[in-house]
Order: sequence, then C-alpha cells, then structure tokens
Amino acid sequence: MGALGNKRVADAVVWLALLAAPYWLPLIGGYTELGSHVVVLALAAMALNFLLGFTGVLSFGHAAYFGLGAYGVAMTMRFWIPSTPLAILDGVIVGTIAAAIIGPVIARLRGVYFAMCTIAFGQVFYFIAFQWSSVTGGDDGLSGWHRAPIDLGFATIDIFNDNKAFYYFALFVFAVSVGVMALLLRSPFGRTLVAIRENERRARFLGIPVDRHIWLSWVISCFFASLAGALFALMNDFIDPRALRWDMSGTFVIMVVLGGMRSFWGPLIGAAIYIVLQDYISSHTENWMSFIGLFFVIIVLFFPRGVLGIIKRKTAP
Amino acid sequence: MSLLRVEHASKHFGSLIAVNDVSMNVEQGELRAIIGPNGAGKTTFFNLISGFLTPSAGRIVFRDEDVTTLLPARRVWRGMARTFQITEVFPELSVRENLRIGAEVTAGFRLRPWLGKADTAQIARRVDEVLNLTNLTGKTDRLVGELSHGDQRATEIGMALTLDPKLLLLDEPTAGMGDQETFDITQLIRRLHRDNKYTIVLIEHDMRVVFHLADRISVLDQGALLAEGTPKEIAANEAVQAAYLGKAA
Repeated sequence: MGALGNKRVADAVVWLALLAAPYWLPLIGGYTELGSHVVVLALAAMALNFLLGFTGVLSFGHAAYFGLGAYGVAMTMRFWIPSTPLAILDGVIVGTIAAAIIGPVIARLRGVYFAMCTIAFGQVFYFIAFQWSSVTGGDDGLSGWHRAPIDLGFATIDIFNDNKAFYYFALFVFAVSVGVMALLLRSPFGRTLVAIRENERRARFLGIPVDRHIWLSWVISCFFASLAGALFALMNDFIDPRALRWDMSGTFVIMVVLGGMRSFWGPLIGAAIYIVLQDYISSHTENWMSFIGLFFVIIVLFFPRGVLGIIKRKTAP
Repeated sequence: MSLLRVEHASKHFGSLIAVNDVSMNVEQGELRAIIGPNGAGKTTFFNLISGFLTPSAGRIVFRDEDVTTLLPARRVWRGMARTFQITEVFPELSVRENLRIGAEVTAGFRLRPWLGKADTAQIARRVDEVLNLTNLTGKTDRLVGELSHGDQRATEIGMALTLDPKLLLLDEPTAGMGDQETFDITQLIRRLHRDNKYTIVLIEHDMRVVFHLADRISVLDQGALLAEGTPKEIAANEAVQAAYLGKAA
C-alpha cells in the first residue's frame, strides 16, 4: 500500500475511533466526558500546530485566545443571552479580533522573541481576567450559567443534560474545524506556510510576503484556539483565569510535541495521551505532572517527531 | 534599453565600506558576470540589487522604476529572481513541490484556499516546463534534500524560473561543484540565455565559466568597480590582471 493509501487508512481509523468513542471508552475504564475533553483540547492543540508545525512559528501564548473564546461564551451566557451558538460566535469573534490586532506587532519577530512576546500578551489577558472581578469573577471564575440546548428549528440537541449529545456536538465542531485546516494546508496558501517553515529566506525570494502570511497563519490559528476555548467553557459550564495562563499555553505545546508537531493528527494523539495520563495518574497521586513531565522528556529526547513519528516509522514501507 | 540601472550604490557596515559608489547598467537580454577577489563586495552588491540589503547611498532602478527601498518580495513581483551562494531550497519537499510554490505565487494564487482543475493544470504545465528546462524530469518526486549538490542547484535555478523573471541573479552557481556538475550548470545557464533569452547577472569565481558565458564582465575590487567590458577587454585589462587575474594565474 502506498503512502496515500496508508494515510487514508489512518484517517478512517481516527474518525472511526472518534465516532465510536462514547461506546468503547467505558469498556476500557473511560467515560464520555473524557472523550469530550480530548476532542476540545485536541482542537486547541491542532490550532497551535497550524502555526507551530506548519508555519514553523512557536507561540507560548495561545491560551490567551483559548481563554478569550471561553470568556466570550461565559459572559454572553451569563450577562446577555443564554444561546449556545451565539455565545460561541461571540467567543470566537473576541479571540480572533484580539489576535488580529496583536498579530502585526508579533509577526515581525522570530524565534525566542516571538515566543516571549506571545507569553507577554497572553499574561496581559490573564491579569485582566484575574483582576477584573466584577465582570470576570476574578480568581473564583465565572459560574452561575450553563450551556443551553441547541434549537435547530426542526429538532433540539440537548447538550446540557446529555453528555453523549455534547460529545457529538464537540466532535462536529472539531470535524468541521480540522476539515477547514486540512483544506487550507493543502491549498496554495498552505504551501506558502510550509515554505516559510522550511526556508524563510527562500520563501521571501519567491515573492511571499512572509510577515503577512505569518500574521494570517497566526489569526487562523487563534480563531480555532478561541473556538476550542468556547467549547471548553461550555464543557465545564464554568471558566476561570487559569484557562488564559501561560502554563495552559505550555500544555498545548506539550500536546503538540508529544503527538508530533509536523504531522496533521499528531496533536490529537498528544492531547489524548496527555489527558488520559492526567486522568489516570491524578486519581492515584497529586504529583501527576511529574509523570507526564518524565514521559514528555523521554519523547523529546528519543523521539523528536513525537508518538505519531514512532508509529509512522514502524509502519513505513 | 537598460533593464537594470544601479546608480552610485554604496553600502557601509559601520566604518566598513562593503560597496563603494558602484554604478552599472544591464541591458535587456544581456548576460553580465560580476567577478572579483574574495571580499570584493560582490555578494553585498547582489544583496543591494535583490533587496536583501538597502543601500546606504545610491539608487537601484529596475524596468524604469526606482526599487531601492522595495522589499525582496515586491522586487520578485516586478520580475527579479535570485539564487544564493549557499543553495536555498526547501529540502524536505519534493522537486515538484519546490517548483510548484513559485509557480503558484507567480500565478497570483498565493492566498487561494483551493485551486480549480484549470488552475491546477496551469500550474502543473508551468512546473513541467521548468522541469524540462532544468533537466529534472526524472527526479520530480525526490526530496530535494536527498539530491546531489548539482541537482539542488538546478532546483534552485528552477524555482527562480517559475517566477517568470525578467532578470535572473545567480550568486556563484557553480560553487562547490565537480567538473561534470559545473559543465551541466554552465550548459543550463547558456540555454537559458541563448535559447530562452533570459537576462542574467551572475557572480562567479570559475573564470572558465565566466569567459565562456558572459557578454560583459564587471570587476569589483575592495567594494569599488575596477573595470567593465567584454571578456576580451577584461582579459587585456592590466589593472584587472594585477588585482585579480594575475593572482589567479
């Protein structure tokens, strides 16, 4: 079987596993909410990978846009109108506009300067959420609201009372998002991003306005990160400033690197490993992060292309 | 008609004068070679023309437009393409993918989220043309990083050709090559100039290549223009012989 055939089989396996997750997860000791958690954070990690893995630019501040999406949802539901679609729309608009405004400042920077600047902007949003208690709930977070069932006109999807319904709703959003990301990455625009990742100087001398394309990649990436944040708030019916903090950004980076940052599905694998390990180890010890850290170090040292890189190497013809 | 006019270009790095008041006219259809000893300022001069560096003084006029302060990408859009002394390609992509990116940018598709069948076919045709021109047809699906140095260099020239350049700037195209690879690249440049009528400016250390290809030669020494003329005139120039050819002989 050729590379294309292998890829199609891999895609089919991924989608089948995701579609059937609420049915096979309980058989191995899992539960539906764990699946939702994986899907939501995998979307955030894949959003980051659009920038990191395919454009070659490392952001350590994606939690800011993830958190803005989440706060957009929570504040819409709490203070304005209890409509899930409208709240998601608000969250995504807030996160994307913030990214679009900040983007031109950071798109000129490279390497560690880019990463540090994304942390700095991210921490600005964190401290706003932390300090502005009257609106954001401060350190206590924003509660007192919950996700609302989605009225399609001809039917209602009860994502509030039915965990499976929420899982499939999150999976639907995830599927559309990764579909759009895959389409973009296979397009001429996506190829310009890969060109920038591979050799920025050559990209520049092929007539690609590199800073502008990095800005676009950043905005697209933050759009999907804020969408993931919106789902995250709905999943928990709650949001607090930790969702915007730099260590959350670090978690996304860990997921991407664990799974394999140059592969499309790598961040999904990384998110699944991270969340399942967290769920399992944290039920035995408070020091769960030490074990994940150790696992992360082993992967980075011995398998720099991530878990998916190992799988690809084993299955290569 | 001058395609490229460099007027009194200088470049200073602090107290170091890398290029000092150099002027040059390159005519449409010409193949100009720039030679000079190591450290003469040839690559810096190339960087001023292509927009990699901005001149400290002077002007760069390309197709009757002052491009002195334009970014490299904008100069590419106006028809200027270049290669580098150390090959700049996308090593983890195939030869076809390397060429396709340039062809898509040139066709104005760089922001397109998808391509229709007709556009895809147009890009494929252009890539095939360049593959034929550069003799890379048998290596289209190979990763560029796995190719020989000569083929990588041919790919880089091919990438520049996908931009439909009006002016092709080649920085030491035979650097680091064996005799056969040098011969192949020399033949490629000759075809591009003679058969396809490209205007080419090249920096080259190999005098056999320079005297074989060039219509005119400019000699730089210590950042300044020492001499300019046909290969015969340059070969007979005593100042050049003293500064450069004499040392090489």
